[in-house]
Amino acid sequence: MQFFKSSIGRKILMAITGQCMVLFAVIHLLGNSSIFGWLPGGINAYAHHLHSLPAPIIIGFRLGLLLFVVVHICYGIQLTIENRGGRPQQYAVKSVQKATFASENMIWTGVLLMAFILYHLAHFTFQIINPETAALKNMVPGLDNHVVPNVLGMVLSAFQNIGVTLIYAGAMLILFLHLSHGIQSFFQTMGWSSDKTQPFITKAGTLAALALFLGYAAVPLTILVHILK
Amino acid sequence: MSDHKTMTLTLIVWRQKNANDPGKFETYSAKNITEHHSFLEMLDCVNEDLILAGKEPIVFDHDCREGICGMCSQVVNGAPHGGQDRTTVCQLHMRKFKDGDTIYIEPWRARAFPIIKDLIVDRTALDTIIQAGGYTSCHTGGVPDGNAILIPKPIAEEATDAAECIGCGACVAGCPNGAAMLFTGAKVSQLALLPQGKAEAVARVKNMTKAMMECGFGNCTNHYECQAACPKGINVKFIARMNREFLKAQFA
Repeated sequence: MQFFKSSIGRKILMAITGQCMVLFAVIHLLGNSSIFGWLPGGINAYAHHLHSLPAPIIIGFRLGLLLFVVVHICYGIQLTIENRGGRPQQYAVKSVQKATFASENMIWTGVLLMAFILYHLAHFTFQIINPETAALKNMVPGLDNHVVPNVLGMVLSAFQNIGVTLIYAGAMLILFLHLSHGIQSFFQTMGWSSDKTQPFITKAGTLAALALFLGYAAVPLTILVHILK
Repeated sequence: MSDHKTMTLTLIVWRQKNANDPGKFETYSAKNITEHHSFLEMLDCVNEDLILAGKEPIVFDHDCREGICGMCSQVVNGAPHGGQDRTTVCQLHMRKFKDGDTIYIEPWRARAFPIIKDLIVDRTALDTIIQAGGYTSCHTGGVPDGNAILIPKPIAEEATDAAECIGCGACVAGCPNGAAMLFTGAKVSQLALLPQGKAEAVARVKNMTKAMMECGFGNCTNHYECQAACPKGINVKFIARMNREFLKAQFA
């Protein structure tokens, strides 16, 4: 279909899949925040509840996310290669008026995020990086006399290591860079911005990216400095 | 005029014999330049010296020298048209420079704009985009009364803002991806906003963006360098409007 080959069509697909992943990041952060104790039973209860959902919902959700990631990456790489070819010879003097470090390096922040996501999945989802603290192997008593995986223990032991904490906090800084351009870009590509709304959208997008960064980085950093025990 | 202090500048200019020549920078000295010289007049002076010395003058595009025709096309110190807000390079004046400055002068650089010679590039690709739909082909009949087609003033003004585009290609030159989204966005918006253009809006946005891709322009990554480079201050809201038109066209 022409849409999937067109310049704007592929960008719209990148924008939508990107924004869906931002929504996932928001939900993920809300789940993470249960570690601070607002949910009875904390993050262990949250994780147990999540995994008690019907299998089709979990599998569907994961397949959906995988689809977003694959589409976003494939078009991202394809469009970047095309764009690099759009100006084969660079100017002798580089003069930047409006582009930012974030906007110019979307492909690299994207590659780093993908590497982090693979590490994160191996670490906390498949739990193969530190098997001795894996939540699924260390069951603890939860609410209502259920025995639940010890997610809290796994997370606490992981972030007492300064190296691991720095990897996570650094990755979230990369996420901030990626989204500080990505969120406002979504509205422009979808055609939902005008000269009146664009300055607001740009600021709000950066603030939203900052909020995600602070929210995500709070967990490893508070554990590292022993505020969260 | 003779009382004015003069400047001597070092120019580092891109010289290229033709599209197949790899091209290289050459250094020239621009002497006796006053602050009243326009950038192109400064180049005229350098060219006179070159001609008198029996050398090939620097070839560059120009026509009206009033900032309205869109012919002049030079990247000065990395900025299309020299980087002065809403100014074509012909309206850039030497008072913006100091005695002893070194100035890099390059042609528009984009895959879709092959270099013809020195600073002249082939901008046929922009015409190709226009030919793909930048017009109305409906029969308009005789001249209608002035008030026969009612257009609200804000719409008329927005269409005129888009129509300010002089098609110089600075947006392409400024874009790191060599994309023509601001140019195409302005042309699509200008017509889509007005009743005469609405009739063919669906086919227009599809055909013009298709031609844009086929001409070898890159894709938009929302850096907004195009808006900064545009001598007419065309706003990137017209890219958003084109994106909207494109999305709408998928359901039409």
